Amino acid sequence: MSSSIPPAVEVDELRRTFGEIEAVRGISFTVAPGEVFGFLGPNGAGKSTTINMLCTLLAPTSGSARINGFDVVAERDAVRRQIGLVFQDPTLDVQLTAAQNLRLHAELYGIDAGAIEARIDRMLALVGLADRRDQRVLTFSGGMKRRLEIARGLLHSPRVLFLDEPTIGLDPQTRSSIWGYLRALQESEGTTIFMTTHYMDEAEYCDRIAIMDRGDIVVLDTPEALKAGVGADRVTLGTADDAAALDALRERFGIEASLAEGAVTFHVDGGGEFVPRLFASLGVPITSVAVSRPTLDDVFLRYTGTTIRDAESAGGDEAHRAMMRAMAGARR
Amino acid sequence: MSAVADVVAVRVPERTLRSEARAVRTVWRRDMIRFLANRGQTMTWLVQPLLFLFVLGSGLQPLSDASTGGADLKTFIFPGVVCVAVLFTAMISAASLVWDRELGFLKEMTIAPVSRTSIILGKLAGGATIAAAQGVIVLALAGLVGVPYAPGLVAGALALIVLVAFAVTAFGVLVAVSIRQAQSFTWVMQLVVFPMFFLSGALYPVAGLPAWLEILTKLNPLTYAVDPMRRLVFAHADVTDTGTLDAGVTWFGRQVPALVEAGLVFAIGLALLGVAVRRFARAAEG
Repeated sequence: MSSSIPPAVEVDELRRTFGEIEAVRGISFTVAPGEVFGFLGPNGAGKSTTINMLCTLLAPTSGSARINGFDVVAERDAVRRQIGLVFQDPTLDVQLTAAQNLRLHAELYGIDAGAIEARIDRMLALVGLADRRDQRVLTFSGGMKRRLEIARGLLHSPRVLFLDEPTIGLDPQTRSSIWGYLRALQESEGTTIFMTTHYMDEAEYCDRIAIMDRGDIVVLDTPEALKAGVGADRVTLGTADDAAALDALRERFGIEASLAEGAVTFHVDGGGEFVPRLFASLGVPITSVAVSRPTLDDVFLRYTGTTIRDAESAGGDEAHRAMMRAMAGARR
Repeated sequence: MSAVADVVAVRVPERTLRSEARAVRTVWRRDMIRFLANRGQTMTWLVQPLLFLFVLGSGLQPLSDASTGGADLKTFIFPGVVCVAVLFTAMISAASLVWDRELGFLKEMTIAPVSRTSIILGKLAGGATIAAAQGVIVLALAGLVGVPYAPGLVAGALALIVLVAFAVTAFGVLVAVSIRQAQSFTWVMQLVVFPMFFLSGALYPVAGLPAWLEILTKLNPLTYAVDPMRRLVFAHADVTDTGTLDAGVTWFGRQVPALVEAGLVFAIGLALLGVAVRRFARAAEG
């Protein structure tokens, strides 16, 4: 029996094009039941397109995807019964109370009427909104609304919960509290969580991460393994002449540095010990220096050659991304 | 123990006709909750019909005395005003579907494991209920304009109110699924709904009109709702010598029976609903 449990998410050569543009270029991966899986990448990388295909909201151009063994195209209804969704944009009825929103959801999902109230109470308690049960959502803060949406997404006991940028637009403190709730919910409900984010620090909450860039998965592993793969410390320099500094690093230290977010950036083992040597023999005035242990930002930099923030403001891809966003918007 | 988990873990069953009926009821109930929470806002759509009834009805009375044979103008336009109250409210209620889309809530409904037809039927039922309620409020004022609360009149008027509420909401829902922006609804109100109201014979008798106006009036579906309502009122109101006031709509010189008129309105409503359901089923998500 146990050998026949299907993966929570199974994706094979999934592809989606919008006219000329290839938004998702034939990606494959699996997510195990109970896993917290993160999709990380800049805006326009194809994350939302992928999640929309997995949620049956968008038909794949080619390839296949199965949720809990059910095909997202051929068994759409079955898939919809298995999944919960938290969208990027809010989808609450703010005129209704928290409980009314949840009750409506339960009714639409055909939950046994006798179980609804107990289930609502439990979910509201889990996201810390029990005392707001009968207040209109109109009066809620952004973080409270998000928590309510997460409670709603899990209300019908889905096997997989999809969250598309669940913490976008929230302040850092609220974001980390949302993650606290999500982790607690995942543990008590045993739900598989599949989420997208473009906040690097949030990827740390995941069991495994797929980094996506320009429609492709560039790397997929645990956060620890990804960071270990980068290995070395990151050194960020402010200099009087960045171009000269890049040349000097190559000639004198054999280091290929790059310009990221306006600073000379490179990776080196034992960064702390390296800095004194740098000052002694770089030959270009240094105005600032920072050494940091590898983070997922470094992982992204290592695999894509750019930081996530630079990737989002890159002029060359701006038109492409604007188009992707327009298409995502038009589908709503 | 797993007792707690047993109580709180739930199951999403497969779709059945019953679960679809439950979805229709759920969508309807949401509109009811919203209506009751914002009663005042919806009521403002009664202001205009009541202005027509009492201000226009009283103000134009001296002008009309000569031609109405002593009948109160308010009595005459009352049936039309009931229909117009339903018309406006039905359109505004149906427009909530556009807001649902714009504010994101429609997505919550369309991703649920229910058919889109159920969502449309729920919205139709919600809009029609609210519109009919407004019609009933106006109907309750009958005594103020010389219309008696005769059982036959009230029963007939209620049936016509429900009919108009259904047909107009179906039209409103079709508009709502066809347009992309809430703003476009304002245009529909200006270019379709207000002309429909003016050309329905709500404020004037449909007999003896200039040819162009007669044609437009006869092409207007709302005419066939106002006319039976007026005949019903005149059959019970204390009006002597109605003359041509309730002559009714004629086709090729013969008066159209009230039941045929009502059937026509119903058929148009069904057709509009059918198109709306098909469009919504095919529309991109949301």
